Amino acid sequence: MNDVAAATLVQAAARAAPRVPVLEVADLSVEFRTRSGTVRALDGVSLQVHRGECLGVVGESGSGKSVTAYAVMRLLDPAARITGGRITFGGMDMLGAGDADLADLRGRELSMIFQNPRASLNPIRPVGTQIADVLLRHGGVTRAQAPARAAALLAEVGIPDPERRARAYPFELSGGMCQRVGIALALACRPALLIADEPTTGLDVTTQAVIMDLVLGLARARGMATVLITHDLGLATEYCDSIAVMHAGHVVETAPTAALFATPRHPYTARLIGATPRPGLALGDLASIAGSLPDLRREDLPACRFLDRCERARPDCAAAPLPRRTEAARMVACRYPL
Amino acid sequence: MMLAVIARRLAAALPTLAGVVVVTFLLTRALPGDPAAYFAGPAATREAVEQIRAQLGLDRSLGMQFLGYLRELARGDLGLSITTGQPVLSDIVARLPASAELTLLALLFAALAGISLGVLAALRPNGWLDNLCRVIATLGVCLPAFFTGLLLIYVFYYLLGWAPAPLGRLNAFAAPPPHVTGFFLIDSLLAGQGETFRSALAQILLPALSLGIFAVAPIARITRGSMLAVMSSDFIRAARAHGLSGRTVVIAYALRNALLPVVTTLGMVFSFLLGANVLIEKVFAWPGIGSYAVEALIASDYAPVQGFVMTMGFLYVLLNLAIDLLYRVIDPRMEVTA
Repeated sequence: MNDVAAATLVQAAARAAPRVPVLEVADLSVEFRTRSGTVRALDGVSLQVHRGECLGVVGESGSGKSVTAYAVMRLLDPAARITGGRITFGGMDMLGAGDADLADLRGRELSMIFQNPRASLNPIRPVGTQIADVLLRHGGVTRAQAPARAAALLAEVGIPDPERRARAYPFELSGGMCQRVGIALALACRPALLIADEPTTGLDVTTQAVIMDLVLGLARARGMATVLITHDLGLATEYCDSIAVMHAGHVVETAPTAALFATPRHPYTARLIGATPRPGLALGDLASIAGSLPDLRREDLPACRFLDRCERARPDCAAAPLPRRTEAARMVACRYPL
Repeated sequence: MMLAVIARRLAAALPTLAGVVVVTFLLTRALPGDPAAYFAGPAATREAVEQIRAQLGLDRSLGMQFLGYLRELARGDLGLSITTGQPVLSDIVARLPASAELTLLALLFAALAGISLGVLAALRPNGWLDNLCRVIATLGVCLPAFFTGLLLIYVFYYLLGWAPAPLGRLNAFAAPPPHVTGFFLIDSLLAGQGETFRSALAQILLPALSLGIFAVAPIARITRGSMLAVMSSDFIRAARAHGLSGRTVVIAYALRNALLPVVTTLGMVFSFLLGANVLIEKVFAWPGIGSYAVEALIASDYAPVQGFVMTMGFLYVLLNLAIDLLYRVIDPRMEVTA
């Protein structure tokens, strides 16, 4: 599929009602086979992102946020197996796509920014060359044009003196600069969807805001769909239109950001909000969430994986299936929601 | 910058070389056998033996002998070989290219075979190539190089008649090419002597293979391990997420990074080869410094043995220097830490 086709498809989707999302993940399940048993990492995960929209995927580490991202990119470890569900991107069935088609799509229509900016760059290749590699692969530039285009992209992400920086190696740049390079790489071919996997986790606080403003500013300006994966609910609230809360491989609640904050319906969401610092709240007022994620290798996992940590739990909460209540733009996976 | 590195490395190697001088001197003196008696022959009288001993300077104290040895070394004089009657230095200079050509060709073969096998094995862990790689590694370690040499001679010369008689660098009818580098393969090409080149190639193939097979195993193992580690690193996943083609990912991104430990191994392997060379030269009647040293050792001829070990010491220092420089070429990060 070429750019024009993708663009018309998205435009057509925008005109149609109800809107067709750029990315739709439906009922996705992923397992990892390990020596100590099968880890049911994702179970019935559903997400939607529309053009120009930013979806936050929030949850503690191990909740399956990154697995979801890698499943969408079709870059899961060999040990992982997609056992069910659908991933549709721009009308294309991602699970049925061949390797060549996927490689063609990645970096061009579907891009990713990574958690550890320095480690996700090739340590012994100048950053400009790495951008040129991507441009040469997808961007329709000649070998002669690539360096200038790479420098222009570096300038776009706010790197001063881009011609000189293009010749620098990752170890010669700060973490923030490396993440800017990562953004330039991801946005080089103007993708329709950007997945940002904890893009600011490794950066210091002042750089975090700058990088987030940069990513979402560029995404909005280009009408891209963005998925922001983060463990920081505060960050997601600030930048996202809607939020999906994940816990132990389940999406427990999805809602527009304001509604989620005003009236959380899943107990886990309520506790996450209680644990998130915000203005006018003393540190002592923050509540930690008791317990930890259940062992996803367990044979007898209850239908609700939050059961053991939930003070509202009732005996029938363990019984399958996990109820998923959908009303308007909201979804909550709880038998007795707030 | 590069010159400063070279100078510093050479200076750092001086103590090593001094150690080599002392140890070889003491070792050759500690060897059993009396060179004076050996050269006087079985029928010589006591007086004749003593006379030869005085001529050789072996009647002096060990300290005096060592001082004399140092004085000669400082003048670039490695002494006379009693067996050939020639200065050891000119013997070694004449024979070194034969050994160097053989060892370098073996190393080239081992590096090409080992790195390709290692990469292919790493791309499909536990596939048939990986298993083949494991078998070769085990065999290569089990079979001593001279045994492989004998086996190859038996099969390719005696049974199949494909290889020429294992008697030196050229067949009996070819004349050595005009001396430029001392490497017959290169000199014959420079002189445009196709026939000589073919003869030299036919002669060197079996010894280089027997020497090289021995070195394929460690190189393949290290390449495999290093490739596996690099292939699972963040930046490879990122390169895939940017849609780079499989070949770019494996060669430009993974292999170049994986080569760093391989280059270090090449240095070690080369020093093994220098040792194994001695026996291979004996088996193939190769007129190199290895067979020269063995013959001198059997004859209790001190000077050539000392000269040989000194040469090896120098080669080893130069080799480590070359590896250091190669490392710098591959890894830009080295310049900072230097």
